[in-house]
Formats: sequence, structure tokens, C-alpha cells
Amino acid sequence: MNIKKIVQHDEKSIYGVGFLSLSGFVVWDIDAKTGHINSRDVITHHQELSMNDLIVTESSVISLDRDGKNIVWISLNQQVLQIASIERHIPDGKGRPHLMEEHAGNIFVLKFKNQISLVNLGSSNVPELIQSLQDHSIVSLGIALPGGDKHALSVIQQVSEDKINVHIFMEEGDKIKVSSELVGSDIQRGFVKKAYLNAYTRNDRSHGFRVLVVAEDSSLSLLQQGEMVWNREDGLASIIEASTAELPLEKEGVSVARVEHSLLEWLKGHWLKLKTALMVASVEEAAAVQALRLKSTDKTKMSRDHNGFRKLLVVLTKTGKLYTLHTGDGRIVWSSFISGFRRSGGKLTMLKLLPWQVPHKHAMHENPVFLVAAKVASEENKFGLLAWVDAYSGMEINSVRLTYFIEQIIPLPLTDGAEQRLHIIIDDHANAHLFPATDESLQIFLEHAQSTYFYMTDKEKGTITGFAVKGPQTASPLSPSDGVLFRSQQLWTIMFPSDTERIVTTATRRVDEVVHTQAKILTNQDVLYKYLNKNTLFVATIAPSGAEAFGETSPEENWLVVYIIDTITGRILYRLKHSGMCGPVHAVFSENWIVYHYFNVRAHRFEYSVIEMYDRNRIDNKNMLQFMLGKDNATATLSSYSHVDLDVKTQSYFFSHSIKALTVTSTARGITGKQILVGSVGDQILALDKRFFDPRRTAEPTQAEKEDGIIPLTDAIPILPQFYLSHAYRVEGLRGIITVPAGLESTSLVFAYGVDLFYTHTAPSRIYDSLTGEFNYALLLITIFALLIAIIISWILSERKELKEKWK
Amino acid sequence: MAISGVLSLLPIVVAVGFFTAAIPISGAGEYTIAGRIRHSRAEGLSGNKAPFKTLNIKVILNAGQRVAFVRPDGYFAFSGIPAGTHLLEVVAPGYFFSPVRVDVSARLNGQLQAFLTETRRVISEPLMFEPLREEEYFEKREPFSIMGLLKSPMGLMVGFMVMAVFLLPKLMENIDPEEMKRMQEEMRNSPAPSFGSLLQGRTS
Repeated sequence: MNIKKIVQHDEKSIYGVGFLSLSGFVVWDIDAKTGHINSRDVITHHQELSMNDLIVTESSVISLDRDGKNIVWISLNQQVLQIASIERHIPDGKGRPHLMEEHAGNIFVLKFKNQISLVNLGSSNVPELIQSLQDHSIVSLGIALPGGDKHALSVIQQVSEDKINVHIFMEEGDKIKVSSELVGSDIQRGFVKKAYLNAYTRNDRSHGFRVLVVAEDSSLSLLQQGEMVWNREDGLASIIEASTAELPLEKEGVSVARVEHSLLEWLKGHWLKLKTALMVASVEEAAAVQALRLKSTDKTKMSRDHNGFRKLLVVLTKTGKLYTLHTGDGRIVWSSFISGFRRSGGKLTMLKLLPWQVPHKHAMHENPVFLVAAKVASEENKFGLLAWVDAYSGMEINSVRLTYFIEQIIPLPLTDGAEQRLHIIIDDHANAHLFPATDESLQIFLEHAQSTYFYMTDKEKGTITGFAVKGPQTASPLSPSDGVLFRSQQLWTIMFPSDTERIVTTATRRVDEVVHTQAKILTNQDVLYKYLNKNTLFVATIAPSGAEAFGETSPEENWLVVYIIDTITGRILYRLKHSGMCGPVHAVFSENWIVYHYFNVRAHRFEYSVIEMYDRNRIDNKNMLQFMLGKDNATATLSSYSHVDLDVKTQSYFFSHSIKALTVTSTARGITGKQILVGSVGDQILALDKRFFDPRRTAEPTQAEKEDGIIPLTDAIPILPQFYLSHAYRVEGLRGIITVPAGLESTSLVFAYGVDLFYTHTAPSRIYDSLTGEFNYALLLITIFALLIAIIISWILSERKELKEKWK
Repeated sequence: MAISGVLSLLPIVVAVGFFTAAIPISGAGEYTIAGRIRHSRAEGLSGNKAPFKTLNIKVILNAGQRVAFVRPDGYFAFSGIPAGTHLLEVVAPGYFFSPVRVDVSARLNGQLQAFLTETRRVISEPLMFEPLREEEYFEKREPFSIMGLLKSPMGLMVGFMVMAVFLLPKLMENIDPEEMKRMQEEMRNSPAPSFGSLLQGRTS
């Protein structure tokens, strides 16, 4: 049985059509109720047929011959093969045509290299050309009109970047009625990618049409009667990278927000608010009050606020469009395609969004700039693309096409005079290119070039390789489009045995993380020095057999091995093997600890493990005499080449959910405790206090340990429903969570993205540095007032009493 | 019967690939895991409790490998499952379901045995899943109570001050002015006032 297409002819029979050998059709007539085969007919053609072009309408089977010169069709009732020449009916079609899948009734579409042509195969049994459309055209699926057996099809033709022409082809008896409308479209949406047609009956029994259009930026728009009725920014459902930018400072005297216009409006606003408080307002008035409240609130101002809560969220989506959202209410401030990327051919993949220029000290009046990196892979070669975008206006400042492929982008801790951060881009030959390619940045970088190291992970081969940057090529010119080329030297390689271990996850510390205290002081006056080496890498590998089949493996074939590697020397600082565990593994690395999540095949439950690293080298600092004589090593520089003596503490706990994302809160100065943010499989965000993941937890903590804040050990991490940051909401399709430090030390801003977007604040140690919104100002004022009255009354009383005493 | 009813609705044009047995997915298997999700209390609309709507429930197999939705009567099924031990998680907003370990045995032709990992209970076919508990995402706001106000630190301070201002002078009033002068002299000579002398003063 070789059926390619199926159509229901009427209530009794279904036709299945396929190809028989190279030049014949086979039509199966199947009974709809019983599934029996009524008949099987073979119709052959004297020439070969094109195997890829076949459509079946209600009454005929249409195909092309192999060279694309003729249309070959069979009428299902008569089973007679008929041929028509394409050139005769459609003279101006160039190239080999193909039959498009979309058809409606007897209308079908032929796609040429330069145009698409709609053909009607009516009862006259001769294909007649309805219309040919040039330019970029998208055909919608054909639909059946309500109340009849007429069909309609629509074609969206992109006439120019901001105008589209909507053509509707409707069957009317034997003729096809064509109607076209010109609709303006937003240039920032890109070209139309898909269209869907819908019909409704108007009052006068004629048919009206609506077209739902999916644009290049994944946004949906509904077009009806020549205008766009609504549109949805669904491009935000495909966010891959997110970052934040600061808003501009509030200019003195000039308020960035719109000031309330006049006294009359202010009075009217208050009158409405009074009415709603007294419950006598009508529905419209209540809506107006709500709108007023939203407008005048501070949350939506376009300037920086004191606590650092108002920021701009810049997100990069898969379609190559950048959106900027305001954290106050989530509205889109601007959105635009990166035109430099769209012009390049080939398959475009977005890579990263990095802050390029954050105006601080020297360049206060400039706007922050973001660097967007993408890669293009076409048949000939692959190369990278960079673009610089202004964060306040969305304008593209510059874009370059690199001659190499981007493997990694490493932001350096160096900035040049204009507060632009230096970046080095590693290409697939392990060469480093410095951006911005100016003399000034070259000079700044050369001072530090000797101590620049990087590493590359190859998950397929199972190797991690470390490199050091050598000096620049003496003859390499300063090319602004390629960066300054630096060769690199391979220092070390770690190869994981591919038959027993496969790299599944790596994790490093955040680049901008701030650690407040380098030592942990216990209540028994003991000091534990944290091992704070910024160049450590956490690698988790699992047994290759467990990687694919989660549900079919046994505990004996699975193990999880974790490594902590120093990426400068390649030294493996710690290695731990868990037997009977398998992936998927998620890990987060912060300060001196790592928390990772994996699956325990033996107990068939998920588990968390925590690793904390302490440095034993610095424990000698307790000696007072040494400290006085200056022989202590408290100020010694931490070097990767020095002797490493680690004290590693680990612990594991059960956990009941599987997770999608794992990250940690971050604050401006690192003083506040941390919360581990978990994106659970139920699309909710769970905030677990780091104190649950403390390897010093014991089942019965002593008094000293309790003072330290150690929670008694249980075998599982408790999930209290109040830990859910996303309370009653679910962030549908959760993919990632990012955390950004706010200006206020106690708070961290959390943004989660997936199909839905979710933004909130979290305070891991409760808000200790500002009054919360719950503070009862009214009670305070009443108390002060009452106390004042009490003071006055008691003063009067005491005066009277004194007077009475004097008169005694 | 049902098939013809569905098919006779509209003329459907369906493009089918080749007629083969089943669409192969990763680890093609032949067994089915099916079960029913229900909640013993049909309502759940009081206060913050989320109503038990089967619309919002997803059943996730093997940490996201497969996702199934639930029919209005609570029935769900995964088909094409290979034999082995699988993990089922039921996700419903407002309710907590324990993850279930399901053993599909090849020898007994796809017989299922389910084991709740949180409560360590074994359930056998037909599988029925019930939530372990409801989840309240919001803390209850403390209702306003006068006793609570008095017990709070501010209330205690205010109460103590009121006592100091009004009650202590009443106590002091009963002492003669001469006794008062003697007490003050004593206090000037010796810094610590002794309650003994005060009492003595009263009885004398």
C-alpha cells in the first residue's frame, strides 16, 4: 500500500491516492464505514511523473510530469488522465514549477521561481489561470466557506516592506471571484511567514474574510477589511538571552514622566477616587480611576529610581529581534530587527547578548550599548556577525561581518576611556580577537595580555582544553571589522574517557559576582576560609548509556562523576563519583559552593547535592604572633600555581520534582544570604534558601550550630508552598531564569522567560534596609497624634496639680 | 461508529505519510501507561484553594521526555513506551502530587506497577492518582486583634508608660510629705534606695 494523500469524497467513500512505479497513479476507494477496499484503479501515463508534486482535491488528482512541463490530472469519477501544457496557459512562469500543498476546491497553486500562479481546474476541464503574483507571497490553507460547498483561498503578497496585499480567491459557481486589499504593515515585523484564512457570513449573506498573519518576528496580526485589527507580540515567546540596562538619570527640574496637566484634572481625579471609595462610582468611572492610578504611579517612569528597581530588560529572541521591556509594567519600550543580520544570507542563529558600554564615570551622557552576536551557517562557510545596538533608542550603531566563526565571547574586566568593555572573541581555531579594535584598547589589553587565559569545552569529543593568549601578530593590522588577532597557545587538555564518561553539564561562577566575606566565622570561634578562585569550572559527566534512555536503565549502568577543575593550570581540584545516578544534571556555581540536581536511579527520585570548598592553606592565620610579625599570609595573592589544600564538604538530599532551570540570586554587595531559584517542571519558580543546602547540617545540631543558622538535617528538601516565587501563576514553557542585583542590597530582581514572561523581586533575608509596603503609616500617625494629645492632657493635669499643691 | 461520525462532519483532506505501524519515537516500545487523576473533594472553591480543573493538569513522563494532557474525566495515557522503570509526575496548580515510579514489565506483557515515591505506597492497576495535599501559595494575613496589638512590643511599651504615668503617682500620693523628704535625704546619702526603708517608712 503506497498511499500519499487521502481525501473524503462523500459520506460513503474515502479515496487514497499514491504513485505506482514512476509513471502511474493508483487510486484506492475505501469504504468510510467499514474500511473495506471497494476498488483499486491504476491509471498510467506514458511519461514519468514528478514524485514530489501531488495534490488531491474533492474531485480530481493533480500532479506534474517529471520535467514540470505539463499538468497531469485525473478526475476521480471518470478516471481519465488528462494533460495540459503549462507553458500554454501560464506563459510567463520561469523555472521549474512545483505544486504547492495549499488548494481550495478546484483552485490550486503553482510555484515558479519568480511568481506564483493560481489555476482553476473547473468543470470545463481546462486549467485556466486566475492570477499570477510576483514578489514574496504566502499562500494560506484553503478553507470551506460556511453554509455551502464553496471554497476560498487567500494569498498575502508582500508588495514592499511596509505594505502587504491581501488577495482572496473565492469560488462562485464556475468563476473565481478575486478581491484584493492593500494593508499597511509595521516595518519592524518583517515579512509575512504564514497566513490563515477564516470566513464569516455578513448580514447580507455575503462572505467576509479575516486573515491571521504570522510575521517574521513571530508576531500574530489579524487583518480584516483592509486594516490590522489586533496584533500580539508573540516573538517574546522565543527569548534566548536577556540582560538589563539602567535607565537614564532623572534630569533636574525636568521630570521625565508626564506631569499631570492642570488643576482641574487633579481635582477631577480626586473626585473620582472619592466616589469609588464611597462605592457610588459607575463602571466607567472606576475604569478611569484605575487608568489614572496606573499613569501616575512611579513604577512606569522612564528614569532611574533610588532603589534600582526600575530597569530596562533587553531581550534577544530567536528570530533576531531585540525587544526592550520596562521592568515597571512590562511594556515594550522599543523593538527592532537588527538589519545588519537580516541582510546576510544563510541560516541565522542568534548567540549572545552582552552589555558593551555601561556609562559610568567617564561617559555619563552616553547611552548604554549592547553587543549582539550571531552566527550564520551556509553551505560554503560559516562566520559570525556582530552588531552594536543602543539600548535607549534601539538604533543599530554598527554591525560587522566577521571572517571567522564565533566559538566564545569573553568579556574582560577592562574598559577603555569611553567605558566600552573589552571583549575577546575566540574563533574555532582558538585564536583570540580583541574588540573594540582601537589603539587605546590595544594598549590597555597589552598590559594584561600575558595573564589572559581561556578554555574551550568540546562535549562531543569529551575534552576540555586550556589556552593562554600570546602577543599580537606584529604584522596584523588593526582591522575594525575583525578585531586585533592574538594567537593562543595550548596549555593543558583534559580528556574524559568516552566509553565511561560523557560531559553533560558545566558551570562557572558569574563574572560580575560580588563576594562580601572571604571567611566564614563559626560560633566556636573557628574560621573557615572560602576557596574563592574565580577560575574554577564544575563539570558533570554521566555514563553514556544512561544519557539517552532515562526510563530504561538500571542503577548498575549509571554513574555521575563531578569534577572541579582549575582552568588556568588544568588541575583537577576535586573529583566525586555517585554510583547509580544519571542525568539530566543542572548545576549552579556561586562563591565557593556548587549545588547540582540529578536523578537517583536506585531510589527513583531526584536528588540535590551541594559541594562547598574551603581553603586549608590560610588557616594558619590564627596565630597572633605571626600576625604581629607580619609573617601571616592573609594578604598573599591567591595563585593557581600555588599549592592547593582543599577541605571539601558535601551532602545530598532528596527532592521530589524534576527541574528545568537552576540559578541563584545575586545582590549588589553580596551581603544578603542567597536563595537558589529553581524552575520546576510544573513551570513554577521555587526559591529555596541556601541554608537548606549547607553541608554542615546534622540531624541533631548542637546549640552552637543552631546559632550558626544550621537547619536540622532531613532526607529531603522540604517544599513549602510559600516558597514559590511565582505563587499561583505558572510561567508556561519555562526555559530560563536570570537574576539581576537591584540597587537595594536586600533585594534581587528575577526575570523568568519561556512562552510566558514573569518578573518579580525577591528578598532572601527579608527586606531589612527599607520600609516595606506593608508598613502601617496610618497606625504610626495615629499613635503620634494620640501621644501628642496625651502629653498635652497630662501636662495640663500636672500643672493643675502643682497649682493645687501650692495652694494647700 | 465514532470514526464515521467524526469523518462525516466536514470533508477533510489529510496528507498522510506512509501507512506504517506507529510513529517511532526515541526508544520505541509497545506498552501503554494509562491512569486516572481524580480528587476526592469535588469542590475546592473556598478561600484561596484552587479549583480542581483537569484543564490545567499535565502529566510528565521521565523528566520532560513526554507530556500528556488529561481528559475531562481524568483519564490520560502514554503509548509507545518501552519496558523498564519510568517516572511520572503530575503537575496541577494548587495541588501537590507525589511523583510515581511506574514499572512496566516486559515479561508480564506490559503490566504496570506503580509506587508513590513520597509516601512509599504501592498502587496497582487501574492507576488512580490523587493529590497528596493542596498548596496554599499565600500567607494568611493576621486578622486584627486588640490583644495582638497589646502584646506587640509597641503595645507593651505604651502599656508600661501608661502604668508609670498614672499608677505610680497614685502609690506615691499615700506617702506623707515628711517621709518623702526623709527618703530623698537617704537617697542623696546612699545611692541605692532600699525598699526596706520605704516599707519601714510606711508602717511607722
